[in-house]
Amino acid sequence: MTGHVRVAVVGGGPAGLAAAAALAPRVDGPVLVLEREAATGGIPRHSDHLGYGMRDLHRFVSGPEYGRRLTARAAAAGATLETEAMVTGWAGDRTLEITSPRGRRTVTADAVVLATGARERPRAARLIPGDRPDGVLTTGQLQQLVHLHHRTVGTRAVVVGAELVSWSAVLTLRAAGCRTVLMTSEFPRPEAYAAFHLPGRLALRVPVRTRTRVVAIHGRDRVTAVDVEDLRTGRRSRVACDTVITTADWIPDHELARLAGLALDPATLGPQVDTALATSRPGVFAAGNLLHPVDTADVAALDGRHVAAAVLAHLSGTAAPPGPPIELVADAPLRWVAPQLLRPGGPAPARGRLLAWTDEFHRFPGVTAHQDGRRIGSARLAWPAAPGRALRIPFSVVRAARPGDGPVHLGLSV
Amino acid sequence: MSPTYDVAVIGGGIVGAAVARLLGGTACSTVLIEGRADVGDGTSKANTAILHTGFDATPGTLESGLVARGYHLLGDYAAATGIPVERTGALLVAWTREQLDALPGLRAKAERNGYTACELIDTSQVYHQVPALGPGALGGLTVPGESIICTWTTNLALATDAVNRGVTLLRGHRVTGVRADGGTTWLTTTAGDVGARWVVNAAGLGADIVDGLFGYHRFTVTPRRGELLVFDKLARPMAPRIVLPVPSKAGKGVLISPTIYGNVMLGPTAEDLDDRTATGTTAEGFAFLRAKGMELMPALLREEVTAAYAGLRAAIDRDDYLIDVDDDRRYVLIGGIRSTGLSAGMAIAEHVGGLLAAHLDLTERDGLPAPPRMPNLGEAGPRPYQDAAAIAADPEYGRIVCFCERVTRGEIRDAYASVIPPADLAGLRRRTRAMNGRCQGFFCGAEVSARVAHGGPR
Repeated sequence: MTGHVRVAVVGGGPAGLAAAAALAPRVDGPVLVLEREAATGGIPRHSDHLGYGMRDLHRFVSGPEYGRRLTARAAAAGATLETEAMVTGWAGDRTLEITSPRGRRTVTADAVVLATGARERPRAARLIPGDRPDGVLTTGQLQQLVHLHHRTVGTRAVVVGAELVSWSAVLTLRAAGCRTVLMTSEFPRPEAYAAFHLPGRLALRVPVRTRTRVVAIHGRDRVTAVDVEDLRTGRRSRVACDTVITTADWIPDHELARLAGLALDPATLGPQVDTALATSRPGVFAAGNLLHPVDTADVAALDGRHVAAAVLAHLSGTAAPPGPPIELVADAPLRWVAPQLLRPGGPAPARGRLLAWTDEFHRFPGVTAHQDGRRIGSARLAWPAAPGRALRIPFSVVRAARPGDGPVHLGLSV
Repeated sequence: MSPTYDVAVIGGGIVGAAVARLLGGTACSTVLIEGRADVGDGTSKANTAILHTGFDATPGTLESGLVARGYHLLGDYAAATGIPVERTGALLVAWTREQLDALPGLRAKAERNGYTACELIDTSQVYHQVPALGPGALGGLTVPGESIICTWTTNLALATDAVNRGVTLLRGHRVTGVRADGGTTWLTTTAGDVGARWVVNAAGLGADIVDGLFGYHRFTVTPRRGELLVFDKLARPMAPRIVLPVPSKAGKGVLISPTIYGNVMLGPTAEDLDDRTATGTTAEGFAFLRAKGMELMPALLREEVTAAYAGLRAAIDRDDYLIDVDDDRRYVLIGGIRSTGLSAGMAIAEHVGGLLAAHLDLTERDGLPAPPRMPNLGEAGPRPYQDAAAIAADPEYGRIVCFCERVTRGEIRDAYASVIPPADLAGLRRRTRAMNGRCQGFFCGAEVSARVAHGGPR
């Protein structure tokens, strides 16, 4: 079985649904969203608490409600949303292999948008040693267990990480009747927004131990305890618990990007893209947390909206032939920046912002851009740079970059 | 009064299942007794899953002959049952002068073991065969016959075949005592007594303890912990074949092997322990493997780790298998079967059958059922999610539940409807690969556990 569509969007989360909603009314042919889960909506579907939709829908709704609204918009725009349809590989440059209960088939698209998102590194990928009992979960698994399957977890949890998603895990645990007895963070201060963190800590009464990490898990069938090491002193203590949630530590779900042989950014591990969100393969685009693991769902959705312009230009044949790009490089303490390529004459990135990830906290960070040893731009930000959440950098700092002068280095100045 | 059998086989690992399968093909009534909740849940589940030619065994030993014979028996059986096998071949890589000098001797040893296909190759040929190897390889020895195999399916196929042939399988029956009563030996288990004329001890890690119940004190099993790191499938092209270390005085070293599921494995460590249940991983083990990996294949270390395992091998204080028949007590010991037991299992069964033929009529019955067709867990052949005809006939094979491993709801349903259904989540994982992938349950864990909780599809 084979088919043809104008646009295939892989992934029916916020980025993919927003891309489909933006494209469907303006494309002269089918726009097909392929979602491997039984419902579209993506990760927000599993996060049954408020905080979604502020930047894109100007609403303040729950994750599931947000997923439903994005789904309704894409469907109303005329996109075809196919669920339980997993893209398992490529049969050509823009030809996808798809398995669903309706059959095994290939679909060739004139343009492909990859919006496959990101996942948390599980325990094994973090190399946390010890026994291998039940009760060690990622936030994603926890939230599906509790919110989609209405299962209980344990009664005493240790949450590894203190990022936004970690607090989301605490809320889910509380909803399931499980108390969080400790959150660990390797950073000197908790990563999450101060605004969420302080009331969060007070309201939820969760002790956060900074500069610590879980170094062993104990338990035969079920977790009984973890060992927590203080990174300053090396001292270890045992904390009794029956549940361990490994949170954050995101990695893009980049399998399709890699199988396609797309150029990857070594720092994000997602596909390397320019500010129009074009990948290294003509007609293949990417959006959302596949590119920046991770920012909030609404920022992913705005990526989806942003990618539409480049997709339309590609479909109409009016896309300018890509000039030689200028590469953006993140200098420590920045870990990555996205997008990574500037093209002369190219658009500003989504929301006029570059996204970056920092390993150090700065309350009022300055951002500088250097090219060929020369400072080409700088800005003092009104928001902190904090580990565990994306740092938004005004595109203006790199606007003066010149082709042929080599890569642009982005850094923080205190 | 509980029923008595002609033969009771203790241990539902690969060796025990192979023996039970053989006996099931005769007129003997046979019971297979497993202490754990599932077959293949001990040493048989966590080995390096290599189908060995026996090229590096000690010539003249029982192990040497049985591995070489078992290699062919299991290869044929895999073809008949659909146990996934990939004929990747192996390459021993020499990193030091001492190792390089040892290669010709290893080839001569392989020939004494009856394996004549090894070839010495130079540095450039080594890198041609495995381009991702780190710098410094001096030369190599090829072992084209070494293959990778699914150890879980092997165990399950043998046990399923045994049950199909009429063997009674008792899971969750840990043997705690032995009592002789005339011509019957009564085994006390955690779930009731089982009587048999003959008893075969294939208890693996517990074989010395069961031997002790028969009054013997002839060997001690030392649990040897081997930790393994399994890397993401995207690393698979780096390991087109098995890369073996050259054994030297400094120790056995670690190997890099493709897995039948499309991953790459690095390990194992080797650590002698006292605790026969210590299957935890350690920070030291990880550090050791990462350091070794950095030398062997630095690019591999940049890939994600999908899983970290620790398995226990049943090392004994002698350099060969210990297989012995006690005519008076009608008792057979199959001891000291270390990691080569996967390859040798069917030959061990044949050997034991030969020893027992003097006491029991082991003529093969007519009208035996055909060997079972096992679900394909391997990446070498088509899996259900890729099979348009299977999906068209049954849409459940198109409904992917575990995205990373592409396991469908149809396969999970089939596992629960099979001759030996899973007893728990771990058993389901061994039968289907569900939740064994890179996300380790981030996406599918809740769905899969729901199926386990309901004992199958809802």
